[in-house]
Amino acid sequence: MEKFVPLGNEALAQGALDAGLSGIYAYPGTPSTEIMEYVQRSKEAAARGVHCQWSTNEKTALEAALGMSYAGKRAMACMKHVGLNVAADPFMNAAITGAHGGLIVAVADDPSMHSSQNEQDSRYYGRYAMVPTLEPADQQEAYDLPRYAFELSEKYAIPVMVRMTTRLSHSRADIVRRETVPENPLSIPANLRQFVLLPAVSRRNYAQLLEKQRDFEDEAERSFLNRYEDGPDTSLGIITCGIAYNYLMENYPDGCPYPVLKLGQYPVPTRLVTHLAEACEAILVLEEGAPLVEEMLRGYPVDSGRVHGRLDGTLPRAGELNPSLVANALGLEEREPVFAAPDLLVGRPPQLCDGCPHGDTYRALNEALEEYTKGRVFSDIGCYTLGALPPYNAINSCVDMGASITMAKGATDAGLTPAVAVIGDSTFSHSGMTGLLDAVNANAPVKVVIVDNQTTAMTGGQNSAATGQLEQIAVGLGVSRDHVRVITPLPRQHEVNVAVIREELDYEGVSVIIARRECIETAKRRRKSS
Amino acid sequence: MKYDIILAGVGGQGVLSIAAIVGMAAVDAGLRLKQSEVHGMSQRGGEVQSHLRIADGRIFSDLIPAGTADMIVSMEPLEALRYLPSLAPDGVIVAERNPLVNFPNYPPLDDVLRALEVQPRATLVDGVGIAKALRAARSSNMVLLGAASTFLPLAAADLEAAIGKVFGRKGEAIVAQNVEAFRQGRLLTTTAQAG
Repeated sequence: MEKFVPLGNEALAQGALDAGLSGIYAYPGTPSTEIMEYVQRSKEAAARGVHCQWSTNEKTALEAALGMSYAGKRAMACMKHVGLNVAADPFMNAAITGAHGGLIVAVADDPSMHSSQNEQDSRYYGRYAMVPTLEPADQQEAYDLPRYAFELSEKYAIPVMVRMTTRLSHSRADIVRRETVPENPLSIPANLRQFVLLPAVSRRNYAQLLEKQRDFEDEAERSFLNRYEDGPDTSLGIITCGIAYNYLMENYPDGCPYPVLKLGQYPVPTRLVTHLAEACEAILVLEEGAPLVEEMLRGYPVDSGRVHGRLDGTLPRAGELNPSLVANALGLEEREPVFAAPDLLVGRPPQLCDGCPHGDTYRALNEALEEYTKGRVFSDIGCYTLGALPPYNAINSCVDMGASITMAKGATDAGLTPAVAVIGDSTFSHSGMTGLLDAVNANAPVKVVIVDNQTTAMTGGQNSAATGQLEQIAVGLGVSRDHVRVITPLPRQHEVNVAVIREELDYEGVSVIIARRECIETAKRRRKSS
Repeated sequence: MKYDIILAGVGGQGVLSIAAIVGMAAVDAGLRLKQSEVHGMSQRGGEVQSHLRIADGRIFSDLIPAGTADMIVSMEPLEALRYLPSLAPDGVIVAERNPLVNFPNYPPLDDVLRALEVQPRATLVDGVGIAKALRAARSSNMVLLGAASTFLPLAAADLEAAIGKVFGRKGEAIVAQNVEAFRQGRLLTTTAQAG
């Protein structure tokens, strides 16, 4: 049999396919992107007709997955942690409607912010929505877990969250596959009002959700993802969450001397935790992400002082774990690095590629803005965020998907006119259109520069939902046709582009300037494949 | 047996291709593998690294603990220096000597190379020059892999077979070029060790 050495994300995707997945819905975002991409490349998925098109954003993705679940089939929505903020509305409410066909919401967190604007821990969302939350510790568990998650989801008619983190998402290991489960047939819910969240229905559904909490915890007590491993030295008991287990065991190749509770399913199983707490003097909690379990164990306002972790400085409060940090927390003799990095070492920041169209756009924009005071360019999430760095120093904000246009609008309301919003084509379709309508309705002097490289570049060149439709969308939202301008960001077009931007800066209403040139990376790939 | 390798370079230099080849050869030889990769923003010309761990038993951590790596293979001299704290006392460094200068305050190259040359088990390789001479400019990563291969617990033939699999889609000519680059690289360290 062919060896299978997938990334954690790919293991999750193959696991879902082998567990009878009928549709996957996602918007790309590091570190989650490869889940969808794997299914898109899969011959089995294609042969079965598994739905695997990108969605416009995470909210539409999760809602479509919920619709497929309504229709009785097994569905998975995938996103990065901040994507769950966008999808928070359907996520919280899907906990109230419940599921019909198995529904997985897979969320990849990015502790240490390798490629993100924050390091929020999605387990809090799982707890907030009161849905079962699963967290694999390795690639094999990532593969095994969807089968179990779909069964759990259908058994209790509840969406199940699967939480991944960067290191597992983007690390390969050899794993073993299992036989494939057939897809569910089409079927609608027995109760046709299950998904109608009118207050009367919601109250009943919510009461049921509360009742199920005990079942969810019982499942966690028995789960293959939660395991109590006894040890002779009870001066310390260790709770590990997700991949923290690996970092612990890395430090004890011959076996951990302390009792260990390996957690991978929430709600937190009280009996298992109590067992550890009663058996051991002190407790060390190792969590990849925020101190969620640690905080629960500490208790408020009385802290027994027995619990150690990120909150008392035993481990750093922020950032991902690694074997050395865990060794330090265990009081093990650290293997001091023998070789030090020399003083001459400097960081190598990421940057726009040579020949990137965004560079030409920023050069033109900077020149056109020379006659204005600085600090009026709001931007967004994508490759073009690198315009904040030298040599461009061109943008003054990057907050969340779509915030460039709405922040610029708010700034003009305050009197900072004109204000500029720089947003990518994919980000614009994800979350920029509604903000543009706000600006149009207020006739705010916002200059929206859509840097249209016709792809979702930062995450590797996925399709962009509004390719070929940007002018129509802008006009359709009410931007004057005369102030929807298209420029070609090329060095030889520089003077023309500066002139166009200047003209629009002088105009006292909403302008949309589409800077259109294909991403050089996708252009290269297209040439190679043709 | 356990062998831990830090693969380093700059986004776009082919670090992940080296990882894929070593990983495939290891798995085909019946070894276990864990290999973490960097995706996302750093791939835009920033520093990228891969932790590659192979063993004949279970591997726990996806990350190599500080001070324990058996080898650093780097496509770029400054990037090799970045991971020195990861290296074990008897660890080996195989690094490209030609820099990739894509930011303004790159330190003086002589200082960078000297900082590498003073390390006890470092080999600097002119991978770019050798690949150019072979008219295979994109194969400098295979020259590096070849130079590193004499230290790896994997047979050269298995690595060459893995090169064939990884580059197979691109046609026989590309495979042959990459195998030749690998062999030239390997020659550098076999003669050095013999001498």
